[in-house]
Amino acid sequence: MNAVRIEKVLVTASEPDPVLGYRKFKFGSFTFERDAYFVHVGWPRGKHTIEVDRFLRAMVRDIGWGFFYGWIFFDDVFGTQNHYGTVDIFAGTYSKGHRDTKVDFLETFNTDDVRTAFETISVNWINEGYDPLRAPMETGSPLGAKTKEAKGPLIRGFKPASRMMGLPGDVEPRSDASGHPINRAFADLTFDKPVVEPEPGFEGQIHAFNLFDHIARADVTWNPSFTSITRACICCVTSEEHMLPVIHGNDRNEWFIQLTDEIHWNIQDKNTGNPRGRIVMKAGDVCAMPADIRHQGFAPKRSMLMVFENGTPGLDEKYAKGELEPFPITASRW
Amino acid sequence: MSFKTRVASLASYEKGSIEVNDDLKHYAFSNIFEVCSHSKPYERVMVASNLEYAAEAVRAEGTSLWYTAPHDEFAIVMDGEIEFTFFQLTDGEKPSQKAGASRLKDAPRGKRMGRVIARRGHEVLLPTGAAYQMQASKPGVALIQTSAGPESVEKWSRICVLK
Repeated sequence: MNAVRIEKVLVTASEPDPVLGYRKFKFGSFTFERDAYFVHVGWPRGKHTIEVDRFLRAMVRDIGWGFFYGWIFFDDVFGTQNHYGTVDIFAGTYSKGHRDTKVDFLETFNTDDVRTAFETISVNWINEGYDPLRAPMETGSPLGAKTKEAKGPLIRGFKPASRMMGLPGDVEPRSDASGHPINRAFADLTFDKPVVEPEPGFEGQIHAFNLFDHIARADVTWNPSFTSITRACICCVTSEEHMLPVIHGNDRNEWFIQLTDEIHWNIQDKNTGNPRGRIVMKAGDVCAMPADIRHQGFAPKRSMLMVFENGTPGLDEKYAKGELEPFPITASRW
Repeated sequence: MSFKTRVASLASYEKGSIEVNDDLKHYAFSNIFEVCSHSKPYERVMVASNLEYAAEAVRAEGTSLWYTAPHDEFAIVMDGEIEFTFFQLTDGEKPSQKAGASRLKDAPRGKRMGRVIARRGHEVLLPTGAAYQMQASKPGVALIQTSAGPESVEKWSRICVLK
């Protein structure tokens, strides 16, 4: 309840905390405060605590993904929903306990305002030596008092190709030259290049590249990059290690294709969060993620995943209105 | 700490599992190596379908027919070595369907554009305006990002986990 439309909102910051050094922030009706271990999110009738590593891993991805498709749950209580121009920030809206006790809250903002607010908070709360886009074994700790603010880009890894990675004028695959060595978890693989032999006059029209090499060089996890697009059909690839730091609620059907290793997915009902089950995907497995679920992945070893998306504008509304089934293969096709 | 990356192939794959309190058809869980171990050469079996868009699993073995589509397609080689040969389409060969791949009746008559030899992990552009043929001396697997079309084969009940 309490969906409030706010047209223009700026994030405001307190003076630095005299002991820990972090600022507190206010954005719309929400407040954000961190200490050595936790983030405390407040709203008019409630407060919620999230472990700081989880919060920052979720927040920087939410920014980098442009709030993605549908719902990004930082945990079972707090998160965002993308309306492609506006973004809801919610607390308890999809938690029965919060709704029953009427402490749930949702506020809608312009997308740019949310991005600015989340970037402002993240910059102040991320210290040098901690990189929330990296796997936990590859970065330092976010715990403790403020030290020096991290340098370098807050978000990265989501450079979309416009047609196909590596084509003239399009996004280049990762390489040693771009500063992306093969990740330790894929050091046992060998990577070669395809043979590409265009006839004279067809240079740049015949193209191939090593997709696995590109994925193996990712310095980020759970952060997909578009590699090939035909019409509104998008192929995203990503390297996954440890756990997806958000729970993703779909506003459309999407598909996962496991390229190497395995990922364990917890499946929940999208609206209630009640468990629906578990899926273990191994190399070569293909599975739809229906539009009426939330999912969260756990990768025991860094793996390669392909996500197959339909980026057609307006699909979210068609699914929300029930004009499209929340699953991809309708009854007559079986 | 050392790592062992698990890839799969026609000769060696291990399917995962699905345990959900829901209709399993909603998840259409399959494995492309299992699908291709039962496919005819170059049968384009849909393993993912997102409204008009599709991913097709293809068993590459021997020489394929010539295919074309009214849009770009992309092939990711998942097993084996596949040679892709490209010819420019002439006006009379341009596809009449709105989406997806169709086969040419005869060998293409336009200019030869070139070839690509791709192995596991390589992604190949199958460009609009071209005809392409695949060739593999040993059985291999390609996953094609495309739209549903005249050559797409749907057999969900046979490829998906249903219990």
